[in-house]
Amino acid sequence: MISCDDAAIICNKKQYKEATFLEKIKLFLHRVYCDTCSKFSKKNAKLTALCDKAPLYSLPEKEKVRMKIELQDKI
Amino acid sequence: METHQLHPENWVDLYADYLFNYAVARVSDVEIAKDLVQETFFAGLKSAKNYKGTAAERTWLIAILKRKVIDHYRKINSKKGKAEVRMNYSSNSNAEGDWLEEQVADPLSILANDNLENEELGLAIQACISKLPKKQSLVFSMKTIQGISTEDICKELGINPSNLWVMIHRARTALMGCLNQNWY
Repeated sequence: MISCDDAAIICNKKQYKEATFLEKIKLFLHRVYCDTCSKFSKKNAKLTALCDKAPLYSLPEKEKVRMKIELQDKI
Repeated sequence: METHQLHPENWVDLYADYLFNYAVARVSDVEIAKDLVQETFFAGLKSAKNYKGTAAERTWLIAILKRKVIDHYRKINSKKGKAEVRMNYSSNSNAEGDWLEEQVADPLSILANDNLENEELGLAIQACISKLPKKQSLVFSMKTIQGISTEDICKELGINPSNLWVMIHRARTALMGCLNQNWY
């Protein structure tokens, strides 16, 4: 038996393919009787699908720091 | 009165990724997009006194970025010489045929629409990410967008894995709520 908090963490790990086999079984069993976590898992998977579908780019933190400094100089 | 105020010191944190996504979608080059975002911030700073507060900061910056994208295409076009106008039937043959009928877009193709929609989705997600607390948005975009491994993120930010997963959890929950409102 695992708590909902644990289940949520495993579910998040699963979105990044970092959940172990044992964890996946635990999550599965938890979802059988827990409606809330069941719904959460579905929504979470959907979010992953959306993020995969959209062309997302982000600037590395280093670049942002550099930009900030250059911008700060001109303020 | 404060509504007319711009806050350039927050620009990078709040809008850099949003503008960057917008630019990459239009110039298809990460390096050029990065420069355009930078130029946009500088230009915004220069003309800050013209900001009337009628539009949100982000909208105002996007408007500047649009001009920068156009300028970019003008520049590369003038490097090549004059813009070329091809009047051939198709780019690689001189065959004759029914011009219009054969050149119209395939009405059954929804691929073009998909691309547009995905781009809007990307911007919606970025907008939601920028509403997250700084640390959460940083962890989320490192993990999800840049795909850095858990171990490396922990090392770089000096946190432990369970910290990371809690932050990821909070970020994802907030994003679900935000996208629920703004996308569906």
